[in-house]
Amino acid sequence: MDALDRVVKPKTKRAKRFLEKREPKLSENIKNAMLIKGGNANATVTQVLKDVYALKKPYGVLYKKKNITRPFEDQTSLEFFSKKSDCSLFMFGSHNKKRPNNLVIGRMYDYHVLDMVELGIEKFVSLKDIKNSKCPEGTKPMLIFAGDDFDVTEDYRRLKSLLIDFFRGPTVSNIRLAGLEYVLHFTALNGKIHFRSYKLLLKKSGCRTPRIELEEMGPSLDLVLRRTHLASDDLYKLSMKMPKALKPKKKKNISHDTFGTTYGRIHMQKQDLSKLQTRKMKGLKKRPAERKTVEKEENKSKRIKKN
Amino acid sequence: MEGQSVEELLAKAERDEAEKLQRITVHKELELEFDLGNLLASDRNPPTGLRCAGPTLEAELRGLARDNTQLLINQLWQLPTERVEEALVARLPEPTTRLPREKPVPRPRPLTRWQQFARLKGIRPKKKTNLVWDEVSGQWRRRWGYQRARDDTKEWLIEVPGNADPLEDQFAKRVQAKKERVAKNELNRLRNLARAHKMQLPSAAGMHPTGHQSKEELGRAMQVAKVSTASVGRFQERLPKEKAPRGTGKKRKFQPLFGDFAAEKKSQLELLRVMNSKKPQLDVTRATNKQMREEDQEEAAKRRKMSQKGKRKGGRQGPGGKRKGGPPRQGGKRKGGLGGKMSSGPPGLGGKRKGGQHQGGKRRK
Repeated sequence: MDALDRVVKPKTKRAKRFLEKREPKLSENIKNAMLIKGGNANATVTQVLKDVYALKKPYGVLYKKKNITRPFEDQTSLEFFSKKSDCSLFMFGSHNKKRPNNLVIGRMYDYHVLDMVELGIEKFVSLKDIKNSKCPEGTKPMLIFAGDDFDVTEDYRRLKSLLIDFFRGPTVSNIRLAGLEYVLHFTALNGKIHFRSYKLLLKKSGCRTPRIELEEMGPSLDLVLRRTHLASDDLYKLSMKMPKALKPKKKKNISHDTFGTTYGRIHMQKQDLSKLQTRKMKGLKKRPAERKTVEKEENKSKRIKKN
Repeated sequence: MEGQSVEELLAKAERDEAEKLQRITVHKELELEFDLGNLLASDRNPPTGLRCAGPTLEAELRGLARDNTQLLINQLWQLPTERVEEALVARLPEPTTRLPREKPVPRPRPLTRWQQFARLKGIRPKKKTNLVWDEVSGQWRRRWGYQRARDDTKEWLIEVPGNADPLEDQFAKRVQAKKERVAKNELNRLRNLARAHKMQLPSAAGMHPTGHQSKEELGRAMQVAKVSTASVGRFQERLPKEKAPRGTGKKRKFQPLFGDFAAEKKSQLELLRVMNSKKPQLDVTRATNKQMREEDQEEAAKRRKMSQKGKRKGGRQGPGGKRKGGPPRQGGKRKGGLGGKMSSGPPGLGGKRKGGQHQGGKRRK
C-alpha cells in the first residue's frame, strides 16, 4: 500500500528515488519482463527464455533458478516476484508430459495478473544455431502481424496486444532511419503462430526509399495456442484508462474536409456594413474634371429645384 | 512534332518513375494498417499462399515478411526527417495502439493544511540560499540538516536566564524542546497523510494530559491505553480490586419500534419461510467457522495428549477417552494428580479454551 510506504519515510535520497521510480505515474516507465523457469523446465524451454532475454536485454530479468509454481493455478508467487522486481510482463517456461515445451506469457496490472496465455513450442531454432551477425541489444524492433486470425477471435486479439506490449521496447519520438535493424514477424496460419525474426538489409533502389532484403537472424518459434486466462472486461477497461492529462487536446474551431482542406472558424464582433472599408480601385476613382462636372450638375439641379 | 515529343518525354518519364518504384512497390489486396509510433504493421490478408506450401514454408514466410517490411519501410521513409548530428532522424508520431497500463492512474493528492493556508493567503515559497554564513564556526554551513549553521542544541555555553530555576538543566531543556518539535512535525505529517487517504484518524478527543482531568476522563484514557496494545488488551493485568470496564461487550442494534413497515413485514415473512421449509438452510460461514473451531480443539487436545504421554512414566491411561469435538468443555476437570506439568496445564488450557470460545464468538460474526 503506498500509504504505508509514505508513513515510513525513506531515510536516504537514494531510497526516495528508488520508491519514486516505482510509484504510479502519468506517463509510465518502460515495462520490464521477467523470465522464469518452472520446476521441470527442459533444455528447449530454457534456451527459448535465454533468447527472449537477449532480445529484451536491458528491460528484462532472467531468473537462474527453477521455481516450482503453476501460473494457472496459483498466481501469488508470480505477483510476489513482480512486486519485488517491479516487472509487469512475464514469461514462464515449463515442460511435462501433458504440456510439452510450455510457455506462458502474461502481463500484470497493479502487480496482479491481467492476462496470461499459454503457448506450446512446436519448433524452435535458437539464436546460436543461426550463424549470422546479430544486431546490438536494445534496438527497437519492428513488429509485423500477418494473417486475418489476429482480428477474428478475442483470444488472438489479446494475444496480439500482449505480444506488442512484450516486444515493443521503449517509446521514442525520433528514430534514426539507419538504425532500424531488425523485424519480428508473426504469422497466424492454420491455428499456429509462426514467429520469425529477420535482420534488415537496406539495398539501393532507384529512389530515396531503399529496397529491403531480409536475413534470418534470431530465434524462430512455431507456437500453438493452448490455454488462456484473460482479464474480465471491466478489469481490462480499468487498465486501459488513460489519465486526462495525456489525452490529445482537441483544437477548437478547426475542421477538415474529406478532400483534405482545413477550415478554420473566426468569431467576429458585429460590423456596420455601410461603413465597411473595401478595396480601393484606383482606376474607378473620379478624375478632377469629372468631379467638377458632377458638382455643377448637382448645383444646377438644386437651383432648378429652388426655383 | 514538338507536341509529340513532349508527350513522348512525359510518357518516358512516367515509365522511368514506375521502373524506379518497381523495386520498392508491393502489391497487396488489402492495405496494411500501420502504427508508426510503435513501428507496427498489421496485415489482414488471409495467408492463402502459405496454406498450401509444405516444405517451402520458410521461404514463403520470408517472402511475406519481406513484402510487409518493405511496405512498413516505405511508410517510415515518408515521415518528416531532420538531421541530428550527421544522422538522418525521422520524427515518429504518437503510438495509436492502446495498450493497458502497468499501474493505476495516480490519484491527485489533496493539499496539506499548510498548502491550503498558503493558497488562501497567497503566500509563495521564497527562494532561499542553500548555505548560510555561520559566525560561530567561521564557515559556510547548510541552512538545515547535518552540521547546520545555528544549531542551538550544540552550544557549549548557555547563559541561565534571570527568571529561570538555577537548578534546571538548560541543555536538557533545549534537547527536550527539539524532541517535542520533531514529534509535533511528525504528527502533522501523519495527519496530512491520513486526510489524504481519508482514513479514520484515531480520535484522541480529550486524552491529552493536562493535569486537570476528571475521574471519568482519566478512566477513559486508561481504558483506551489498555486496549491499544498489540493483543488488543487481552494480556493486560488488572489491579486486585479493579472492576472490569463497562460497556465493552458486543453492541446489539435493534430496529426502532415502528418505522419501516415494509421491511419489518419482509423480515417476518422471511423468518416464517425459513422456519417452515423442510430443508435446513445452511449458513456456510457459520458452518465453516464451527468446523474450524472443532478441528482446532481436536488438534489442541491431541497435542496435549501427546505431551502428557511423553512426560509421564509408565503406561497410565491418559485422562478423558474420546476427544470428539462437541460442546466446549470446561477446563481443569482432570482425573488424578498427574504431575506438575499437568497441574499447570488446565488453568492455562482453560484460559485458552475460554479464549477460544471468545474468539469463536468473534469468528461467528
